[in-house]
Amino acid sequence: MSGATKGLLPEDATYGSLVGTVADPLLRRKVGWIYWSFFAAAGLGTLVMIVSIAWLFIEGVGIWGVNTSVVWGFAIANFVWWLGIGHAGTFISAALLLTRQPWRAAINRFAEVMTLFAGSIAGLFPILHLGRPYRAYWLLPYPNTMDLWPQWRSALVWDCAAISTYLIFSLLFWWVGLIPDLATIRDRAQKPSGRFVYGALALGWRGSARHWHLHDVLYRTMAAMALPLVVSVHSVVGMDFAASLMPGWQETIFPPYFVAGALFSGFGMVVVVAALMRSGLGLQDVVTPRHFDAMAKIVLAGSVALWLAYGTEWFNAWYSGDPLERAHVEYLFTGPYAPAYLLQLFCNLVAPQVLWFPAMRRRIWVVVVVTLVLNLGMWLERILIIVNTLTHGQLPTTWGLYIPTIWDWMLLGGTIAFFVLLFLCFARLLPAVAMHDLGKLLHERRQGE
Amino acid sequence: MSAPIVLAEFRDPDTLVEAARRARAAGLKGLDAYTPFAVEGLSDALALEAPRLRPAMLGAAALGAGFVYLMCWYSGVIDYPLNLGARPLHAWPVFLVLAFEAGILAATFTGIAGFFIGTGLPRLNHPVFAARDFDRASQDRFFLSVSDEAADAERLRALLDGLGPISIRAVQP
Repeated sequence: MSGATKGLLPEDATYGSLVGTVADPLLRRKVGWIYWSFFAAAGLGTLVMIVSIAWLFIEGVGIWGVNTSVVWGFAIANFVWWLGIGHAGTFISAALLLTRQPWRAAINRFAEVMTLFAGSIAGLFPILHLGRPYRAYWLLPYPNTMDLWPQWRSALVWDCAAISTYLIFSLLFWWVGLIPDLATIRDRAQKPSGRFVYGALALGWRGSARHWHLHDVLYRTMAAMALPLVVSVHSVVGMDFAASLMPGWQETIFPPYFVAGALFSGFGMVVVVAALMRSGLGLQDVVTPRHFDAMAKIVLAGSVALWLAYGTEWFNAWYSGDPLERAHVEYLFTGPYAPAYLLQLFCNLVAPQVLWFPAMRRRIWVVVVVTLVLNLGMWLERILIIVNTLTHGQLPTTWGLYIPTIWDWMLLGGTIAFFVLLFLCFARLLPAVAMHDLGKLLHERRQGE
Repeated sequence: MSAPIVLAEFRDPDTLVEAARRARAAGLKGLDAYTPFAVEGLSDALALEAPRLRPAMLGAAALGAGFVYLMCWYSGVIDYPLNLGARPLHAWPVFLVLAFEAGILAATFTGIAGFFIGTGLPRLNHPVFAARDFDRASQDRFFLSVSDEAADAERLRALLDGLGPISIRAVQP
């Protein structure tokens, strides 16, 4: 085991020092002006989000660039993008637990939190996108005076079921893992207020062997359920498109292609979050270059999967002989959105290739730049899937361009700021790393020695 | 709890596992341990029963999935049939997607409920919290706990001879 755990924990680590690394920034360190300036900027951006949502509710979806040809626009692209980011957290935590990857321990907690935040933001968009958002609850089956049922064959209903299940599940999975750490924070807190609040949240956890035994069984079982759930959620999102008859969307590759893309962008965002948490909270001891190396390999694998997915898309268009599909691919490369498409190909297919070199993977800034670039690329992919098909449908009379308005951009920027704000709050209020997993990792390392 | 609790404190988990083995071999009752993380081999050393959580979760998943499948079938075929381009009313592949999500949710809720029932949490107070240094049980100390009329601190000290416990103390229940 010493080889597998090498470089993940400091050589002289003890159980107490690991707890201190994580808990001390939370309980003992004052935050400086850098934190507060980020907080202020993110708060301002969140205000922008609230204003754009308020104006949307007052005025309607006409404030966006959507029109009778392109009915989906930014709202659905942002939804798919945020949900893709929200995919990696629970997946990382569950898949790495089941495959016993030692580098899971330091990153799973904030990856799960990223899932919760990104998934919740994603869940806003389909509702905002409804012309009558106050009727969103019609998607749920409930006894009503109209004697109506939801239409189970509609992709919107699948979305509603898949996303709400995923969010509830991810919240509970994260919470189950968090309970023992809340107890650690309770026991380390110096102020009575901290002991009271974290004590109440820890529910009286006392680390009994019986409780750990049950905790372990529950946590592993949930991890095993998480994997098919993660795959189902983005497959359903892929089917939102693939269940239609539009050229460019009618492809059986879509569900796996969406899942691969989601993991790709999600891991990308985990890298960015890990780098920020590492320097912001002083976690250099437990989030090490080896973590970035491992995540970079997964990002690289995602990029290769996207080569396959894009290639399949182009090949199938040619091989099917369908003139509409062929015209669609030609439109991707020559239509009005071609520059954005080429940029997308560069971001997703070309830029990550630098990670083949081990020296590059160990430079944290290189990995962070690549993942920022690929997140831009993935957002372009989501918006281009929508506009390239809808501006260029089956009937030439319905062709029309989509030009986003200032409200589209403000809502997108505002949700990013809101995401940052939520993360800043999380970093100050809850332990950012699973301390009990770090302890377990150290125990494994000592047993291997 | 009738018998007083005796706690033996250790610095590392492997010694605790060894101590737990000895205590069980000596026939002591009311054994438990308090550790900052799940220690491998500890549940075997204490001979804890395997929790029956998974069968319950599986059963709940089957019930939840079956219920939602039936609901989709009843509403889509019997109560509110809607002919969309002559597509089949009994759209089972779609119903399976919804049934799967319901099964996952049902299993999760059952698992969480089972966890709370099995552990007796939330329970904010417990006699062991009164023990000195017990706040380190969630950080870097490993406690063996014995609650047996036949075992007092002296007997436990003799039993654990050679394992070097940091302290052995009785806690009043």
